[in-house]
Parts: sequence; structure tokens; C-alpha cells
Amino acid sequence: MSNRKTLYDKLWDDHVVRTEEDGTALLYIDRHLVHEVTSPQAFEGLRMAGREPWRTGSIVAVPDHNVPTTDRSEGITDPVAKLQVETLDNNCKEFGLTEFDMSDQRQGIVHVIGPEQGATLPGMTVVCGDSHTSTHGAFGALAFGIGTSEVEHVLATQCLMQNKSLNMLVSVDGQVHPGVTAKDIVLAIIGEIGTAGGTGYAIEFGGDAIRALSMEGRMTVCNMAIEAGARAGMVAVDQTTIDYVKGRPYSPTGDNMEKAEAYWSTLHSDDNAKFDKLVHIDAAEIKPQVTWGTSPEMVVDIDSSVPDPEAVSDKVKADGMRKALAYMGLEAGMPISDIAVDKVFIGSCTNSRIEDLREAAAIAHGRQVSDHVKLAMVVPGSGLVKKQAEEEGLDKIFIDAGFEWREPGCSMCLAMNADRLEPGERCASTSNRNFEGRQGQGGRTHLVSPAMAAAAAINGHFTNINELS
Amino acid sequence: MQKFNKHSGIVAPLDRPNVDTDAIIPKQFLKSIKRSGFGPNAFDDWRYLDEGGPDIDNASRRPNPDFVLNQQPFDKATILLARENFGCGSSREHAVWALDDFGFRAVIAPSFADIFFNNSFKNGLLPIALQASVVDDLFKRVSDNNGLELTIDLAAQTVSCGDELIASFEIDEFRKHCMLNGLDDIALTLQHADEIKAYEANRKQSAPWLF
Repeated sequence: MSNRKTLYDKLWDDHVVRTEEDGTALLYIDRHLVHEVTSPQAFEGLRMAGREPWRTGSIVAVPDHNVPTTDRSEGITDPVAKLQVETLDNNCKEFGLTEFDMSDQRQGIVHVIGPEQGATLPGMTVVCGDSHTSTHGAFGALAFGIGTSEVEHVLATQCLMQNKSLNMLVSVDGQVHPGVTAKDIVLAIIGEIGTAGGTGYAIEFGGDAIRALSMEGRMTVCNMAIEAGARAGMVAVDQTTIDYVKGRPYSPTGDNMEKAEAYWSTLHSDDNAKFDKLVHIDAAEIKPQVTWGTSPEMVVDIDSSVPDPEAVSDKVKADGMRKALAYMGLEAGMPISDIAVDKVFIGSCTNSRIEDLREAAAIAHGRQVSDHVKLAMVVPGSGLVKKQAEEEGLDKIFIDAGFEWREPGCSMCLAMNADRLEPGERCASTSNRNFEGRQGQGGRTHLVSPAMAAAAAINGHFTNINELS
Repeated sequence: MQKFNKHSGIVAPLDRPNVDTDAIIPKQFLKSIKRSGFGPNAFDDWRYLDEGGPDIDNASRRPNPDFVLNQQPFDKATILLARENFGCGSSREHAVWALDDFGFRAVIAPSFADIFFNNSFKNGLLPIALQASVVDDLFKRVSDNNGLELTIDLAAQTVSCGDELIASFEIDEFRKHCMLNGLDDIALTLQHADEIKAYEANRKQSAPWLF
């Protein structure tokens, strides 16, 4: 039985170049995605050491964190942000790297454009100086975020020194109810295992409810593996994966595609493969989720109330809850559906793909954003997502309902550009982190699905979407 | 990378779980293209009462007197004591650079997020995971004795207080070796360039679509 491997074991074994005596492995990296925030110091390090990139063809670069989502004809007005984006442009020119710059229609959030271009393929190792690189695991790839020193390491050697993680299977069994999306599934998982529950593990997401998801949905789930503490999340390859990958600019063609498909069809955990930890979640139990605190694990369903720290015996946890309630300006026991929002953000590497926008548009269609909401914005994940949405008329639905329709980028997920919350403002956000100050100093973030965010925009407070649709 | 061998210093207690890297260094400072100068903005949202930014002079701002690193003797601390899941969230290495630039040489916590943990070793900042009960005891000691100093001996893998051994800690041999000697791990990897090339040659045969 010992030769039965998990998907993670297979991906790992296929990329080990050598192993040190203590088990530290030199792992080969197939795809290196690069953005402007975590790469300048790595390129500078490369230059100072007189080194060259090992394999330029493995690299795809794009500016996304700092780019404006409003009219770009004037460029970036913030001089510090402008310098950072220009530094990426210059580094890509100097080293001969592929970059989709700000004027390129293919520009977008790095974790949206990789799959969109077919630059993310099953069986690859994919890294990026960004924790949400776990997104690409949706393709049966081993994908994880790295720091800037490791970005430099991959640039210089095409490899990383890594210690193998443990294997965890999160099986979401059965079918979800209507109105329950991939975002609700992954928030429910994080609520169950905790924000550090996956630390030290690579998580494979399986079960009927995961198999039933589109690639967009699987990306949403894997994207937030890091919010459960796991650097890598992944889903086995199936026909849904292969259908998505076929015909994209970077995807293989002809004989290579046949060979690739034969290999990709092996990218699943063997029957009875050994996992170090197993988690089962009943899909039918999951309701639309809303976070109430300052960690993604602080999540409840829409029909619940804000939890009470007094009911928690663990002192450290209860103190954390009290700090979170104070920051969020909430009282224990308050029904979630009574919480009113000031702003609504639909976007981010978690939820800015075409399917996400369709889900939100279905709720917004024929309705109006509440007068109590100061700003509701939709930020597509890439120029190509934006184009497709416009071809489907989604932009008109949003604009008619009172949403702003923006240019692609990370935007208010982390508020590095001008899109941000003011102190005390409360936001229904489809992003991935509700940390203090994440969307602007003093801002209060509630993580939800795109449909739930649209519903909050329409009603001005959190609402079970099943009451709207 | 700076070497880490033996270090003694004051311990600053940061008593909250899940301290994320957004809190350690907020996003507006990530626009820098340098790897230095982040120390004055470490924990910026907690450390100051007014908002900061890359173009704002910290000397003109109002420090938050309630924040531990603004209080003596913790403003001179070189060892940070924290709770579970320290360094979670964003992969930004700027968080490690900020702690390093502030003057920290080590962080002691019951557990660390994986990416932060990795990043720390690349910069000579030693993350030490100790049992939650031991960490809890250290919080009590610091509370009773502001200015408590600990000694960390990487070669011996121990944390001591004066002559008293507090705990031993685990560390991968390879990481320990690199940290003790301040090694550049890119240079180490490039010693295996032939093996990387051989791997690539094989892979080109078995998976040509990747090249």
C-alpha cells in the first residue's frame, strides 16, 4: 500500500531535483509568475550578484497590485506606485521577460491571467511572490506563494529549497443547496479547521461538491487554502480541468496535447492513498457565509448572529474575539442580517472571474444599489474578463443598478491603489482577508460570495440571497 | 545574510493570536523598491495614532502610548514574544525586513505561518516555535519583570533565562547550518547546476509541453 500516492506526493516527486540528508529537497519550478510588489528587490539582488534568470521562458509578469482601476489614460498618479510599476516594466525589458503591461488587454490580476492564458497547466509547479498562488492548484498543479528572497532564488536557479508538507484531504461530500457558492464552501472549511488548521499541510480538496464546481469555483476554493494556513491547495485533474485548459494561448497543441492529456489523467490521489489528516464536510449543511471578525476563521452563516466571546473557554481565543468585535464595531448576539454596509467590493483574485461576475449580475439585474451604500464597485480580474463581461452585457446590468464598473487589478482587496475604505467604513467584500486595516486603515471587512455582496449592495445590509433570487 | 549564533536581548510581548503580515507592515509601505527602511513602520497601524505613508515623516506623527513597542524598555527589545499563527496572511517578505530593521533577531511563538517562517530564515531572523504552555509562562514572566532578557543559542538549540534553561527548540539541520554560517542559499543551489540541467533535460523528454 505504501506505493499509493496522493496527488501532492505525485506532484512533489515529479519535481525533486535532489534531496539533502535532512530531507530538504531542491524542487524544480515550471512556472514563475511575477508582479510589481514583491519582485523589485529580487531583480536588484540578481543584478548585484551578477546573475541572470535561469529560464526566462518560465516567467510571466504583470502589474496588478498598484494599478488604477479608473481611467488609465493619465497613467498612475501616485509617484511611488508609478515607480514600482515602471521598475517591473524595466526589469522585464532588461532581462527579456514576457510582461502584460498596463496597456495590454491581457493585463489583470496575476492569479486570473495565469489560468486564462493557459500559463498554468496541470502537473506544473507554479510559484509567485504572492500568498494566493495557491489558486493555481485548482488545475492539479503544485502552486504556492513565496517571499522575495525565494523569488530571487527561482529567478537565479529555477529551483527552491523546500521541505515537504503533510497531506490533508478536505472532502466536501454531497451537493450544496442553490445559492451556495465556492466561496461559501471555502469559508465554511476555514470556519471548520481554523486559520492555522492547514499550517504545515498541502490540502487536496475533494468530494462530490468540489468535483461539481467549475474551474472558476475550484480556483476560488484553492485561492483561500492559504487562509486556512496551507501554502498549497489543489484539486485533482478531471475532464472539467482539461476542457478549460484546451485552446488557450500557452496550452499545448497537437501531439504534445495528447501526451499531456495522458499524463494529466494520472494527476489524482490513488485509491487508499494515505493522508495525514482527513476532514469531511457535509455540503448540504453549508449556507451562505459572512465573516464577522478580523480573521477569515471568524465566519458564520447568514442566518446566524455575531458570536459571544463569553461563551468561549479558551482565553487567548476569547481575547482575540473581543479585540475583533471592538475593531469591527459589533456586539455579540447581533443578527448578521442586521449589519449595514457602507461599501461593496466585487473583485480580487478570489472572485473576479467571469462566473463570479455572472453570479453577482444575476442578483443586481433589474434592481438598484441601496441609497445607504456609498460605493459599490465591480473590478474584473483581467482585461479579457472585462471584455467578455461586456460582450455578455454584464457591465450594463451593473451600471444600471448603480455599481461602478472598473478596470482590472487587485484594487480594494488590499487597497494599495486609490480604492480603499475610510476609517470605520464597513464593506461587503468578495476578497480573501478581513484583517485589520486590510482594505484601508480602520476599515471593516466582511468576506462574502459575489452574489451575497451584490445582495448586500441592493438591500444595504447582509441578506440571504435565497430571499432575493 | 547575517549570521545567527548566540543572542541575548530584551523580550517584547505581543499578546494576540494570528498576527498577520498586513499588521506587521501595512500595504502602503510595500510600494518601496528597497529592502531596508521598514523598521520605523513595523506594526504601523498599532504603533501610531495617525495614519502613515511612504511620504510621511514619522517624527511628525503621534505614537500610540499603549502599544508595547512604544514603551520602555520594549522599544529596545530584540526578541518578540507572540501567540499562535504568527505571520499569517500575505507572503510579503517586507514583514520580516520590518522586524529585522526594528532590531528584532528572533520571534518566539507557539506556531508560525509557513511563508513567514520560510522568509525569516532568508534574513537571519530566527523563528522559534515553543509549546503554548511555555510561551504562556514567558508572557507571565515578562509581565512580572519588564526588561526580562532571554538568551538564544542556535548551535545548542536552547532558550535560556540567565542560567535557567527555558526550553530546547527544533530546527531543520540545513536551515540551522545556513543561519549559523550566514550562507547565501542561491550560491549553494548553484553548486548543483549540473543536476538542475540534467533534470531539465529529462523533463524536456517526458513533458515537452512545459518548455
